[in-house]
Amino acid sequence: MTERQPRMASQQRLVEVFVELADTLVDDYDVIDLLHTLTEVTVELLDAQAAGLMLADQRGNVQVVASSSEESRVLELFELQHAQGPCIDSYRQGQQVINVDAAEAERRWPGLGAAVESSNFTSVHALPMRLRSTVVGAMNIFLTRTGELSDEDIALGQGLADIATIGLLQERAVKEQHILGEQLQGALNSRVLIEQAKGMFAERHGIEMSRAFTTMRAHARNTGRPLLAVANQVIDGTFDAEPLMRT
Amino acid sequence: MATERVTQILEAAAVAAGNGGTVPQSLCAACADALPISGVGLALMSERGHEGLVAATDGPATVMEELQFSLGEGPCMDASTLGRPVLQPDLRDTGPQRWPGFGPAALEAGIEAIFALPLQVGRIRLGVLDLYRDSPGPLTPDQLTEGLSYADAAATVLLNLQDRQPLNGELHPDLIDPSQNLAEVHQATGMIAVQAAVGLTEALLLLRANAYGSERGILAAAYEVLQHRLRFDVEDGHHE
Repeated sequence: MTERQPRMASQQRLVEVFVELADTLVDDYDVIDLLHTLTEVTVELLDAQAAGLMLADQRGNVQVVASSSEESRVLELFELQHAQGPCIDSYRQGQQVINVDAAEAERRWPGLGAAVESSNFTSVHALPMRLRSTVVGAMNIFLTRTGELSDEDIALGQGLADIATIGLLQERAVKEQHILGEQLQGALNSRVLIEQAKGMFAERHGIEMSRAFTTMRAHARNTGRPLLAVANQVIDGTFDAEPLMRT
Repeated sequence: MATERVTQILEAAAVAAGNGGTVPQSLCAACADALPISGVGLALMSERGHEGLVAATDGPATVMEELQFSLGEGPCMDASTLGRPVLQPDLRDTGPQRWPGFGPAALEAGIEAIFALPLQVGRIRLGVLDLYRDSPGPLTPDQLTEGLSYADAAATVLLNLQDRQPLNGELHPDLIDPSQNLAEVHQATGMIAVQAAVGLTEALLLLRANAYGSERGILAAAYEVLQHRLRFDVEDGHHE
């Protein structure tokens, strides 16, 4: 059996990712697209199975705003954590919740552990999305591989979660609490809108939800427009997808 | 938990309305009592914009809503189009620049702070719950949470008004189904909108009606749609 490539070989990839993210943040950027990118990068660099960004909904719970996967088992795991779980704990305490296996998860948050196991995940983790003294949510990570997140993995994951927070709040905004409130609710509502657009797009063209999403997202990037704007066009019926669907 | 609070608010409003007045009026009154604010206005919104006042607690609230309606500008309108709350803890500071017509007029009516909470489900724009105060100052995070719970309750009320389902002190359990905010429900709403050739609001009402009618939760109904076992095509109504 071939040994897995040592993770140090991804040094070059790390550099690429870093440069890409830095480029994104110094320019006008699409927040929603950035959040999705960060979940995907997390999965890639941490050799994880799934990652999601959960935001405080300002009603005492957390909700997923971006996920690396469309699979319902993954979405369900996020939803199960709406009111209890590693993400809520991480968010409320501003602490990392690391290397929790299915059995321990079941002890701490009944129902969740069983769901983690039946989805064939071996462990669950949550890293707080933090900016100075403000915590706005948590990054949720699921592994299927054996072993744990190393210290290196955790540091990297936390860095990605921190970038997500900065990207979402645009640093200057945090100084004014009421802007924080506006931004969080806006991000959560944008996500709902995008889900509605996905449904419309998928139905209109007879395709899967994940393909609907990647098509919309690719078009947004190619035309330099925010994903939210494309989603609104889909809903308005002004988005001509025929050229995209032919490829 | 968030849904419990919204349920409490709706039940209380339904009971209070049973003693005279409407549910929207009771909701606004209760909200004004629950928070350190002077008054509350509940406005109806649509894609076109401000569609009028549903309820308001008093004079200044009514004035605030009517100003926004007639001027076509204000925190209420912005909250709806931007799809997020517009929180103005100090209207004197930022109001006049941001809303040259509404700002000065609101200040003249004695309004010093406004917190406009949009009532929405993604692109579905139902209305706005406007909280105002005759003195400046922000809402604390806990107060914002309470305000958002009232907004969730108000959204449910408006959705039911659109559906012509009266809240006569009886709340269908699915009204405040916690799974109504899941991705699957939103996706199914989009699919139904295309199948039935209706807007998203109508599509959501169709999905909810199916959930009540077949006595399954809204998530179960959404799964039926996502898995192509349930359609809402124009010709046949819906069939399985």
